[in-house]
Amino acid sequence: MLLAIDLGLVIEKLILIVVVISASLVIAMYTTFAERKVAAILQDRRGPNRAGPFGLLQPLADGLKLFFKEEIIPNFSNKFLFILGPALAMLTAMMTSAIIPWGNKLELFGREISLQITDVNVGVLYVFGVVSLGVYGIMIGSWASNNKFSLMGGLRAASQIISYELAMGISMIALLMVTGTLSLKEMVVQQQAGYWNIVKQPLGFLIFLICAFAECNRTPFDLPEAENELIGGYHTEYSSMKLGFFLFAEYINMFVSSVIMATLFFGGYDIPFFNEATLSPNIAAILGIVALMAKVVFFIFLFMWVRWTIPRFRYDQLMHLGWRILIPLALFNMLATGASILYFQ
Amino acid sequence: MNLTTLVFILLSVMAIGSAIMMISSKSPVHSVLWLIVVFFAISGHYILLNAQFLAIVNIIVYAGAIMVLFLFVVMLMNLNAETEPVKNYRLQLVGVITGGALLLVLVSAVMKIDVEQLVEMKVGDQGLIKVLGMNLFKNYVVPFEISSVLFLSAMIGAVVIGKKDETANH
Repeated sequence: MLLAIDLGLVIEKLILIVVVISASLVIAMYTTFAERKVAAILQDRRGPNRAGPFGLLQPLADGLKLFFKEEIIPNFSNKFLFILGPALAMLTAMMTSAIIPWGNKLELFGREISLQITDVNVGVLYVFGVVSLGVYGIMIGSWASNNKFSLMGGLRAASQIISYELAMGISMIALLMVTGTLSLKEMVVQQQAGYWNIVKQPLGFLIFLICAFAECNRTPFDLPEAENELIGGYHTEYSSMKLGFFLFAEYINMFVSSVIMATLFFGGYDIPFFNEATLSPNIAAILGIVALMAKVVFFIFLFMWVRWTIPRFRYDQLMHLGWRILIPLALFNMLATGASILYFQ
Repeated sequence: MNLTTLVFILLSVMAIGSAIMMISSKSPVHSVLWLIVVFFAISGHYILLNAQFLAIVNIIVYAGAIMVLFLFVVMLMNLNAETEPVKNYRLQLVGVITGGALLLVLVSAVMKIDVEQLVEMKVGDQGLIKVLGMNLFKNYVVPFEISSVLFLSAMIGAVVIGKKDETANH
């Protein structure tokens, strides 16, 4: 039988899914707080410091405010699609976390629990599939708004994500040629034994990083919601928690793409210059999660640092960068990788 | 009835139902969205056949890229039921005849199905990425290369057509 069921496994995975999803939500929540604090520091301000000690309750206050706002659905819009938009944005943002190896195995109650929800055969391609679906939330939402500014934002998002997906895919192919595996878990194990992939694929990482910024719609690539041209871009007509979902999905995307970058290029849960095998497995697993989170925090900070430093691109500059610079660079990187693999064989 | 059969029936109902919705819905945007649902159902079928690579590539290429472009174009053109020209009587008749012929072929194919065994149980690993890659690049490398040259020429053709206006203006 193809679909056999083991009850212990089901419970174990359910708990893992709940933990991973709620952890991503909480981290994304505090990323909004961190964003405001980092922005304040970079602009020589204090930032939110009224709600709770050091303003730590600010995200809760923000969430409550969004929940209690009046909900407005435009008269001439398709109500179902209007609600589907933000729901899809949240869904696709969360789905990627299913195949990320958060740490090595834990040993609890005599069971070995793998800290990865599922190690699917297609691995990295699954990440790609979900990323390429991410644009639907924005497109459907923007079309259902029945507003030309929203529609412009949605169209911009679609063409931007399609353009940058290509370069991202080609840079990933070069990485796959080096590692020879699609499984994220296998990649982390390889990096624990040898060098991190950043050493073998520096150019590939740079391309991947730029494309990740574009896929997350972060400044300098936030043209879908460029407020000085398009009012609010694709979420112009949204209010209350639906607007909150759109904005929140951006932060979850940021978190997930930081985890992906840490896993693909920076050793995932590997602790640098240290052999985990000398510790007991449980302690090693927990330290591994801490190491992964440290790398993730660095990347999230990088996202914010860039946002508050670099101004937004013009739309033609964005397309020029994507098609005329990043794709040829990624193709060159792929060729060079292939040539060096053949040479060192 | 086992779980695999149940999943198969669910996916089939989903695929056929959304295909019918795609044809019958008035708004082109809704048609595109229903077509995306069809692609997801078909990807589910691929997974049932243990062809995970095909399933994910189907989602990346069709649902993730081609349908986004479809949606893009349909949204840009702003097609509505009111502005859509009504097809004349003769064209409708031709449509009915060709559709009827297709239906005849499909029904005759369906008649031959063995209803006792609805789904294949032990499907093997033909669709897994490693087996597929080995097959493509060892046994079928020449057809593979020929089709990629074909794709390349199609791409160049598209770029040439896209550039046409620019040269005409100068």
